Amino acid sequence: MRLSPSRIVELLLLAFALCVPFLGIYPVFVMKLLCFGIFAAAFNLLLGFSGLLSFGHAAYFGIAAYITAWFRVKTGLSTELAILAGVATSAFAGLVIGTLAIRRQGIYFAMITLALAQCMYFFCLEASFTGGENGIQGVPRGSILGLIGLQSDVTMYFFVLTVAVAVYASIKQIVHSPFGQVLRAIGENEPRAISLGYSVNRYKVLAFVLSASLAGLGGSLKALVLGLATLSDVHQSTSGEVILMTLLGGTGTFLGPFVGAGIVVTLQEYLSDRVGAWVTVVIGAVFVICVLAFRAGIVGEIAKRFGRGATAPSA
Amino acid sequence: MTTIFGYPLPVVLGQLVLGFVNGSFYALLSLGLAVIFGLLRVVNFAHGAFYMLGGFVAHLLLIWFGVNYWGALILAPLIVGALGVGVERALLRHLYTLDPLYGLLLTFGLAMMFEGFMQQQFGSSGITYPVPAALTGFYKLGFMVLPIYRAWVIVASLTVCFLVWILIEKTKLGATLRAATENASLTQAFGINVPVMVTLTYGAGVALAALAGVLAAPITQVSPHMGTSLVVVVFAVVVIGGMGSIFGSIISGLMLGFVEGLTKVVYPEASTTVIFVIMAIVLLIRPTGLFGRD
Repeated sequence: MRLSPSRIVELLLLAFALCVPFLGIYPVFVMKLLCFGIFAAAFNLLLGFSGLLSFGHAAYFGIAAYITAWFRVKTGLSTELAILAGVATSAFAGLVIGTLAIRRQGIYFAMITLALAQCMYFFCLEASFTGGENGIQGVPRGSILGLIGLQSDVTMYFFVLTVAVAVYASIKQIVHSPFGQVLRAIGENEPRAISLGYSVNRYKVLAFVLSASLAGLGGSLKALVLGLATLSDVHQSTSGEVILMTLLGGTGTFLGPFVGAGIVVTLQEYLSDRVGAWVTVVIGAVFVICVLAFRAGIVGEIAKRFGRGATAPSA
Repeated sequence: MTTIFGYPLPVVLGQLVLGFVNGSFYALLSLGLAVIFGLLRVVNFAHGAFYMLGGFVAHLLLIWFGVNYWGALILAPLIVGALGVGVERALLRHLYTLDPLYGLLLTFGLAMMFEGFMQQQFGSSGITYPVPAALTGFYKLGFMVLPIYRAWVIVASLTVCFLVWILIEKTKLGATLRAATENASLTQAFGINVPVMVTLTYGAGVALAALAGVLAAPITQVSPHMGTSLVVVVFAVVVIGGMGSIFGSIISGLMLGFVEGLTKVVYPEASTTVIFVIMAIVLLIRPTGLFGRD
């Protein structure tokens, strides 16, 4: 069996990820990175493979974090069910918002998703179960199926890594499925997809719900990893960050969102201690530079350099 | 005490006036957004940041140079408008051949830079800007007390909106602008310098945002994040009104401010979300917006 270059890169990264806890790298940091990676990969399913720019993805990430945290803290619901509840809530939110937003295209779609996500933010700000400015703190991680305790960072790390790999694989699966091919056709030329007889809106809503659910999965895991869900999870700046992660890593590539999440999370962690509010300026500047000069993103540029099909999906 | 549907009349009227004040800010901001979008096809996410800069420039003019409110009302929009011209020439210009989404993303990044920079320099707490002496005090109307400054904001914003509308719809310059919006390359073929027009339009739209910022400074306090959530509300206003229409954006801005004020009386918890709910309803009934064509 001959391995393609992209498969070699994937295996190397996986091997590295498996070694992380034994290399003296702080596992919580890498877990946070993976959660945002899942979030960005979910966002990329929309932007990269269906051409839909959602400017309010923090809504799904944030609400799932809140729901999972609430169930863990208030009801002691088991970890996997709490995650499921979070994901289901995001899926529902995605269904409602997606159905509304697909009534307009392009730039309007972006503005509508942003406005409705802001609606979600205000809901979380006003609702009593979210704990207002304090958020929900001290979320217990619990265990998987009551068997494996997740209190230790190393066990939790392998759990999060497993989920991240599963999300990565299923997004690849989705994109390469007939459903994913139709999505890409819609992204590239919507009128043509309509004229071919596809009920475009149904595909778009389904893609939106899938993306929202996976974003929610990232949010639920984040709530468990850090033990907290706060207003910043639903804030528009988080929606902006996930766009940046995807753009920086490479829109429409599989590894790109994870690479982008890695860079943005690392930047934030290291800069916020050292330069304070300048971190927003730096992130904004990276955004501007990306849009002006680096639209293919890191993985996209590498794929371009080393031939297509390496990391970008085959056209 | 006189009541209206069980609510004390002065409270209702007070909130409605406040609603109109907010509505006139929405109108000024969505007007600029609509003019910029019409010609540049850029949804200017930095609009809220330019509004904030307008407030800050007014504040800095006062404490550094002793320029009073009336001076700031002229100077701040000019200064911020000049910054907008720079932004258009240096950055936005490179994106016109691409998907309009990139314009949105670029201006989002710019908004982060401006807001982050101001927060770094001045902290995130609000700074009070004094109400100019000529506009302090109240009108006693018998049934309510109307702060003069609020009345002034409504009158001033509406006058500016009206003038801009006249400029675009009734003058030769406006006709050229509308022609360029309709078909830029054909207008250029007729000997109009469209690139300069694009630059100045962006500058003017941004200057309108800054003017709103100066008008808002004595009411809302000046802070780095005063425009962050405002810009999202204005987006919703524009979606409701229909982005293509100048008149539509003015009317829907005012109307939505009014509705928001009314909601504050009847059901305060919903006042932050009511505009988004209206947006959802409009999308269901009339996806192109109330005054939109495309």
